[in-house]
Amino acid sequence: MRNMKHIFKKEFKTYFVSPIAYIVISVFLVVIGWLFFSTFFLNRQASLTQFFSLLPVTFAFIIPAVTMRLFSEEINVGSYEILLTMPVFFKDIIIGKFLAAVAFVGIMLAPTIIYAFSISFLGDLDWGPVIGGYLGALLLGATFSAIGLLASSLTRNQVIAFIIGMVICFSLTVLVDFMLFFLPNSFVGIFQYLSASFHFKNIAKGMLDSRDILYFLSVSFIALYGTNLIMQEKK
Amino acid sequence: MIKIENLNKYYGELCAVNNVSFEIHKGEILGLLGPNGAGKTTIYRVLTGYLSPTSGTIKVMDYNIYDHQIEIKKCIGYLPEEAPLYRDMLVFDYLNYIADIRGVEKNRKLSHLHELADLCNLNEVMHKTIDELSKGYRQRVGIAQALMGNPEILVLDEPTSGLDPNQIAETREIIKKIGKEKTIVFSTHILSEAEVTCDRVVIIDEGKIVADDTIDNLRNLLHEKSFENIFRKLTRGN
Repeated sequence: MRNMKHIFKKEFKTYFVSPIAYIVISVFLVVIGWLFFSTFFLNRQASLTQFFSLLPVTFAFIIPAVTMRLFSEEINVGSYEILLTMPVFFKDIIIGKFLAAVAFVGIMLAPTIIYAFSISFLGDLDWGPVIGGYLGALLLGATFSAIGLLASSLTRNQVIAFIIGMVICFSLTVLVDFMLFFLPNSFVGIFQYLSASFHFKNIAKGMLDSRDILYFLSVSFIALYGTNLIMQEKK
Repeated sequence: MIKIENLNKYYGELCAVNNVSFEIHKGEILGLLGPNGAGKTTIYRVLTGYLSPTSGTIKVMDYNIYDHQIEIKKCIGYLPEEAPLYRDMLVFDYLNYIADIRGVEKNRKLSHLHELADLCNLNEVMHKTIDELSKGYRQRVGIAQALMGNPEILVLDEPTSGLDPNQIAETREIIKKIGKEKTIVFSTHILSEAEVTCDRVVIIDEGKIVADDTIDNLRNLLHEKSFENIFRKLTRGN
């Protein structure tokens, strides 16, 4: 537990000593701000629904960029060897790094709360879906972070880690939605259940259903457990 | 202190360490020598818990490598070859982080950091990023990292490789200083260095032990004065 905290602190700090954090946050805010506000005034609706519906795809690209270095860089530089010979458990390393990425996603999302406040001046904003949306965004961010971490543990090359992470996250958001057209009816339910954006949309409507929360928790757990298996395998 | 028994390590089909057994006694400075690719680094990696052995056991004090890995890691400080550190961190931040992870108590941490900075001559660079440091300094940060938390055993993988003669002399001084209190296992390609520093040497070649004795005993045994010739005779060089 104590070591998890130290690893979390170190990883979180590392984000902000290099320019990566500032670049990723700026890119995220510019892209999502532009996509959202370019159609916002046409809709004539004081709601953040459009903003939240953009999040899964944006996250699928941005979060693997946040997590790609977590293991790849260590394996490449060799500091992984020192880390693994310290008296720490694998789970401390994995969860410490995972929480650092989730905290980073939280920091990245925080400035967008300004959108909610400024929109609330324009019209009657329903805060239920907004709160649900941010909660869902954090769950989605955590799940994608876990997937990104898994991708990062697979390779010493950060670009490959980014691509693997992005492909998995992207598949969970877009591909599953698109595939629904081509599937026989009996499969639709199963594939829909696998889609991260489907569960995210449910939460972002302001409905807190345990099935959706369970989905994010279980995908995160599977990815983190997979990371643990890969670390064991490397020994 | 350390007892390695019938250690084997395979990478797929490749046998890196072949049935190696030796002991390291308390307070000893042991030189693990051998040509490149002989399996030294693999032995270190298994000993420090970075890799798991294919078969065989290692006991450190009374701890078994299979059941008490964390306890073993607590009593071993390890410097891998080329000192792979976090390059974007300040030296102070890095050592502070290692102190936290190694469980150095809060009230003792700062004095311990100063102690190690003095021992390894790091005072001038404490507030530089590791990236800016010369190789000699980086190596010394690596040694300070290995000494953090006062582990009883130090494992140093080629601590002097790639350094200039002055830096080699400085590093050797540090090793000798620490060697008075601790058990040290280290490897080097500079045989004269092994001659002056080591109490005993274990020479390995192609994953197998070819000699385990003091250098003087090896001289008598092989009727050969120069340690370099002994090394070449025992390994593939003859």
